[in-house]
Amino acid sequence: MTLYDIIFYLFALVTISSAYLVVTVRNIVYSAFSLLFTLFGIAGLYALLGADFVAIVQLIVYVGGILILMIFGVMLTNKITNVQIKTGVFQILPATIGVGIFGGFLLAVLLNTNWLNLNVKDSPATTFQLGQLLMNEWVLPFELLGIVLLIALLGAASIARK
Amino acid sequence: MSVLEIIVFTVVKIVLILTVMLLMVSYLVYFERRVSAWVQNRLGPNRVGWEGVLQPFADVFKLLLKEDIVPVKANQFIHTLAPVIALFVAFATYAVIPIASPLKIFGYEIPLVVADVNIGVLYVLALTSVGVYAITLAGWSSGSKYSLFGGIRSSAQMISYEISMGFSVAGVLLFAESLRPIAIVQSQGSWMWNAWIQPIGFITFVVSAFAETNRLPFDLPEAEPELVGGYHTEYSSMKFAAFFLAEYANMIIAAGMIVTLYLGGYNLPFFNIESLGLANWLTVIIQIGSFFIKMGVLLFFFLWIRWSLPRFRYDQLMSIGWKVMFPLSLINLIWVAVLIMVFNL
Repeated sequence: MTLYDIIFYLFALVTISSAYLVVTVRNIVYSAFSLLFTLFGIAGLYALLGADFVAIVQLIVYVGGILILMIFGVMLTNKITNVQIKTGVFQILPATIGVGIFGGFLLAVLLNTNWLNLNVKDSPATTFQLGQLLMNEWVLPFELLGIVLLIALLGAASIARK
Repeated sequence: MSVLEIIVFTVVKIVLILTVMLLMVSYLVYFERRVSAWVQNRLGPNRVGWEGVLQPFADVFKLLLKEDIVPVKANQFIHTLAPVIALFVAFATYAVIPIASPLKIFGYEIPLVVADVNIGVLYVLALTSVGVYAITLAGWSSGSKYSLFGGIRSSAQMISYEISMGFSVAGVLLFAESLRPIAIVQSQGSWMWNAWIQPIGFITFVVSAFAETNRLPFDLPEAEPELVGGYHTEYSSMKFAAFFLAEYANMIIAAGMIVTLYLGGYNLPFFNIESLGLANWLTVIIQIGSFFIKMGVLLFFFLWIRWSLPRFRYDQLMSIGWKVMFPLSLINLIWVAVLIMVFNL
């Protein structure tokens, strides 16, 4: 096992165990808090794969933005912290079918994709290529996503005003 | 360089930076007390050692020996974790700030920055946003109203000002065409400072840095008359000291970032030191000196502002952030883009 493998398994362990805690812990604050470690672990995996820009954006957007808002919501809703959340097992059959279909779908994608094999050790900085791709080849989806976000923002503002 | 050599050099650099940072933080506290005394026509701490220079050590020992009190209603685990996050973020950020050009010694060329990351500037922004957690969690886990209010104020403020900070940095990045702090320093040369080229961005960045570090006039999280203390009201002993240290370490980092992004980093102003052909070690020492002098002047500016201006009201703070600083930083971005288009810089 090389150093690389050890680091990979470390990040994978952090991600999976904290993700498990997110759904099993009964206190919603702890749940939101373990999501922090899940997102961190994923950022670490990205960095390990040489996707430096994606890793740091993962931190800025998810850890610095979305999760902060979630924790804010949890903390400001006074009653929510004391509520015991149901974390038991029920509806086993539909859940198994749903998870099975989703898992099979993921597995199919995993097996049928032509993965690009790169030597991670000397992978170049990805920021430049990402910028080129986003502004040339994928500029239309990029802008459309921007509009989707704008619509979400307007919707949130108009709901908040009522 | 082999992996082992890289690890050894990195560990040595981390230890050096940590020591220097800790010393700087404790003397910044002393400096702040002396400057505030000077501004208010008092004496300030001048009894421990010559002119009070040993005061920081006395303070640290006092805090170490104090009893650590955790409120009954506090959430034990998170209450302990919050100051750790604060310290971690404050010290980890310093890894990407370069203090001089590479030092050539024993046949090695050592870059004088702990980690020369391709996306260094984003790394700083990401860690700043992680720093919000320390304050939010500290405020919430204390189980006290005043702490919670302090925590909420602080995180709302930091999130709001992060946006104008990010947009001001975007101007710098457009100019340098890189996210590497060293490349940004080199792109400014000895006199083309970003502070001259994009003064609006410079101002918005400095103002946002004040807000991010919770310094006056944006120190609402610590408004004593309303909140007793702020998010750290319920902290005592070394946990309080950790927040205190982190706050001053953040000031030093803010100053370091302003120097790197806008004031030409370690380069001497109006003068290219490398054209002189001095020995490498001499050049490096002069550059380190230049970096720390620039930082010192900025830190003095931080303290000067604190003891000269009153505090904003909360709604004023928010409207300045969203209605003044944010549009200004966008205007700066357009200004830089036009400059680059017109002059092909």
